[in-house]
Amino acid sequence: MPKRPIPEATPETAEFWAGASRGELRIQRCNACGRAYFYPRPFCPRCSSKDVAWFTASGRGTLHTYVINYRAAHGFQDYAPYVIAIVELEEGPRMMSNIVGIEPLPENLPVGLPVEVTWEKQDEQITLPLFRPRGAAS
Amino acid sequence: MSLRMSVAIVGAAETDLLGVQPDKSAIQLHAEGALNALADAGISKDEVDAVLCAGQSPVAVAEYLGITPTYIDGTGVGGCSFMIHVRHAAAAIQAGLCKTALITHGESGRSRVGMGGWGQSRQMLSAQFEEPYGVAGPPTRFTIPIVRHMAEYGTTHEQMASVAVATRRWAEKNPRAMMRDPITVEDVLASRMIAYPIHLLECCLVTDGGGALVVVSAERAKDFPKKPVYLLGSGESSEHSMISMMHDFTESRAFKVSGQLAFAEAKIERKDIDHAMFYDAFAHTPMFALEALGFVGKGESGPFFEEMRTAPGGDFPLNTNGGGLSYTHTGMYGMFAIQESVRQLRGEAAAQLPDLRTSIAHGVGGMFHAAGTLILTNDERA
Repeated sequence: MPKRPIPEATPETAEFWAGASRGELRIQRCNACGRAYFYPRPFCPRCSSKDVAWFTASGRGTLHTYVINYRAAHGFQDYAPYVIAIVELEEGPRMMSNIVGIEPLPENLPVGLPVEVTWEKQDEQITLPLFRPRGAAS
Repeated sequence: MSLRMSVAIVGAAETDLLGVQPDKSAIQLHAEGALNALADAGISKDEVDAVLCAGQSPVAVAEYLGITPTYIDGTGVGGCSFMIHVRHAAAAIQAGLCKTALITHGESGRSRVGMGGWGQSRQMLSAQFEEPYGVAGPPTRFTIPIVRHMAEYGTTHEQMASVAVATRRWAEKNPRAMMRDPITVEDVLASRMIAYPIHLLECCLVTDGGGALVVVSAERAKDFPKKPVYLLGSGESSEHSMISMMHDFTESRAFKVSGQLAFAEAKIERKDIDHAMFYDAFAHTPMFALEALGFVGKGESGPFFEEMRTAPGGDFPLNTNGGGLSYTHTGMYGMFAIQESVRQLRGEAAAQLPDLRTSIAHGVGGMFHAAGTLILTNDERA
């Protein structure tokens, strides 16, 4: 059975993936302009300050937009149809993920739906942050 | 210094055939388009001193054609690369870096003969932050903004389907279009769901083909056999390389910036545009273009398309070749949008419009990643 493509960290993203393996959603905030951002970079993409720090995000957010994919990508044959979503984190940044723990139907996926992170371990290095409706059973 | 009216397209042609061509490699499709465009301009390849292309390296295309250029540009940012090439060629010609620019496109998008591989490092940003979630090419990435547009502006499935219907009506008039059977909104909504909310008939074709342009200074333009098509305005921009980083999922920042540059340079109003080619990778792409380029207000594109204003007989003729949805779509369709603008302004189009003076060809690169805009005219006094 083909597997999901497993990412490989770079020096700039290693802390994100290390945190994910511990079940912590590690993102960065700029100390100069105060904004949280994603994906990881050792400087602020808004103001270019190098005075940035990692912190653990709450893992809560809302469903910003999505598609329901019926043509599985390689390695995703067991999952289709599945929800590919943009989640807006409580702290501000947005990220791509999947919405799980819910039947993949448009009526179950109103824009703005409160979601929370849930972790899916892929191997010793990589655990993926997925999201489920807030309050749903794990 | 402005590029306004600095150059003209004096040669424009596509490959002999479009569609399924497993007997030709991608670089041969570049060359076939190039040789046809040179013949259209009435010149030999030895007069070409600038080669600009995407997909293949301009070095490879120059070698294949037997050209030793003094200006090369391999800007490869997806389907709008060719709009950007015209802009860059204009800048280079105006700066005196070259005189005769050849812009080529060729892609074996369907048969995949002589194409590069898909493989890439697992360390790429998209491999870390998008591919683990099961994106499968453009149908799952390009389409992610749509639901947000629907939620914020009440855009409907029927409105989006209307884009495919209006475009097909133009294709019905074009013998070179791949898909020419009439379709209805009901047909579109009954076609297979690819990635909700996008149905099969709202997705572009996947074909083999190519095309090329010859660009020279406006002063030289009248020395060529065909009616020159002048560059009135142009723009380019980029926003993100991952769709998840789009700033506002209801509008394309790259489209807005590129369009504003083009109109500012052209010194004309939206109402002065007689004909439009908006890259239609999916049904929503021209909707986003119509709004971002300022032809309608934000969120107003749905009713505009539903009223069939872009179809034959409408007041806003759009994608008159049949578009990427019904004419052809090799992968980087922008070249074909420019070709149709040129044909319309020359009076050579299959579905020719009367009394045309201006045309806009607006391209997208990647999945709202980049944009390029050309405003063209056949009026030398513009």
